[in-house]
Amino acid sequence: MSELFDVARWRPAPFLPERETRDGALVFVVAVLCFLACVTGLTVIAADRAASGWSRQLSAEATVIVRPRGGETPDSAAARAAETLAGVAGVGEARALEPNQAYDLVRPWLGDVADVEDLPVPRLVAVSLDPRRPATAPAMQAALKAQGVDAIVDDHSLWLRDIRRAASLARGLAAVVFLLIAGAAGAVVAFATRAGLAAQRQVVEVLHLTGAEDRFIASLFQAQFARVAAIAGLIGALGAALTGTILRLLGGSRGLTPALPVAWADLLALLPCPLLAAGVAAVAARVTARALIRGME
Amino acid sequence: MSRNPIAAAASESSEVVRFDDVSMRYGRGPDVLRDVTFGLAPGSFHFLTGTSGAGKSSLLKLIYLAAQPSKGLIHLFGQDIAHAPLRLRPQLRRRIGVVFQDLLLLEHLTAFDNAALPLRIAGGRPDDYRGDVAELLAWVGLGGRMHAFPPTLAGGEKQRLAIARAVVNRPQILLADEPTSNVDHDMALRIYRLFVELNRLGATILIATHDQDLVARSGRPSLHLEGGRLSARAPQGPVTA
Repeated sequence: MSELFDVARWRPAPFLPERETRDGALVFVVAVLCFLACVTGLTVIAADRAASGWSRQLSAEATVIVRPRGGETPDSAAARAAETLAGVAGVGEARALEPNQAYDLVRPWLGDVADVEDLPVPRLVAVSLDPRRPATAPAMQAALKAQGVDAIVDDHSLWLRDIRRAASLARGLAAVVFLLIAGAAGAVVAFATRAGLAAQRQVVEVLHLTGAEDRFIASLFQAQFARVAAIAGLIGALGAALTGTILRLLGGSRGLTPALPVAWADLLALLPCPLLAAGVAAVAARVTARALIRGME
Repeated sequence: MSRNPIAAAASESSEVVRFDDVSMRYGRGPDVLRDVTFGLAPGSFHFLTGTSGAGKSSLLKLIYLAAQPSKGLIHLFGQDIAHAPLRLRPQLRRRIGVVFQDLLLLEHLTAFDNAALPLRIAGGRPDDYRGDVAELLAWVGLGGRMHAFPPTLAGGEKQRLAIARAVVNRPQILLADEPTSNVDHDMALRIYRLFVELNRLGATILIATHDQDLVARSGRPSLHLEGGRLSARAPQGPVTA
């Protein structure tokens, strides 16, 4: 093909130089920020799943502590409580625990005891609740009282409140971390845009004096930095995905700790990272470039 | 239909450039231009002469909207530029071709892309302007250097490229700041003839130069700057004070 008709040579070159010496450092910084944002996201998703699992478990069960009255054995009191509770609406199953099972619950605090029967361990009734319309603690308490059973119903509401509060605190903290990271990424890109405009001052000046509109010149920087941020976002997301994969492979579905169970599907949450990074960079670059170019008038 | 304010203003004025008592300074420095008053009629051809530091480049900068006056009024195509909306400035600049003293070629673009820059910025499509730009580059002697980058061009080639970029979109005003300083005598004459040709096509030409010989041989009127003041001009020509 003759030189004149070499299409590649006739294709218009970009208005701004494609390779910027600062790109490497900028990609690294934005990639690190994206990695941190992605890891934060994965952590929150895992913590939220753990909290949801615990909440589901706790809200589906209740524990009843039975105190035998005069003339009644602990076993018969527990059996009567279980029978009473089984008839309450919203209760799936009520089962009196064997003394050994109750002892197992306090073993971590008491250690091994030779004669379990001598211990004044209260009898417990484990109650499974209907997940759709669970019985409330006051309803169960009232039913037991009506049958003359002295018992305390623990529906785990205290723990549930704590777990839900912790989960919502984690979500709030994650949102703050996200905003901080996005702000930091925006500031880095704004700084890079300033540096880019300074480095490309002659190009900007020529475009400006040749009749290019401010928004057109700003859009060139916007596209350039959005592209750089998208690449950095992809690198950061891949790094976070690798971290998540390692956690999943090392710890199974429970991750490295039951508090942070990792699922393969969680990695899908990293997909928007390059787009979000590009969006933040585009806005930061455009606003900065327009302000600086306006100052040239 | 909306009315183009630039076109409307230009049609109401007989001058494409009008300075009234214009002064200019850089920052807090002294005035580099003082009480300059002149007008350029459409289709006129003038030289702008004066020693180094007389204010020639500053006066050109005011016309191509790269600087602001500290005092006085400037009308461009009949538009008072101090009161023209900023959004109209790109449109005004597209009607002015400039050969900058320091050329301001973009080093990452080929000679072809540098020359085609004003057309691309104005929204032209490569398929539409490719032939014209190639022809123009061939005319200024850069036909074989179209895909060369500015750092590889000789001084005279760069200057001719800057001229090609300035004239490629047939500007209504052509400003040139020492356009023949780096070219030989023959090329200087050729460039001068290009300016004359553009002038014949209706462009208003203002060339800042030290080349008194060229000014004398051209027979064209000149504006003379001395110490920032427009102190003298040739008696002939359509310049109005």
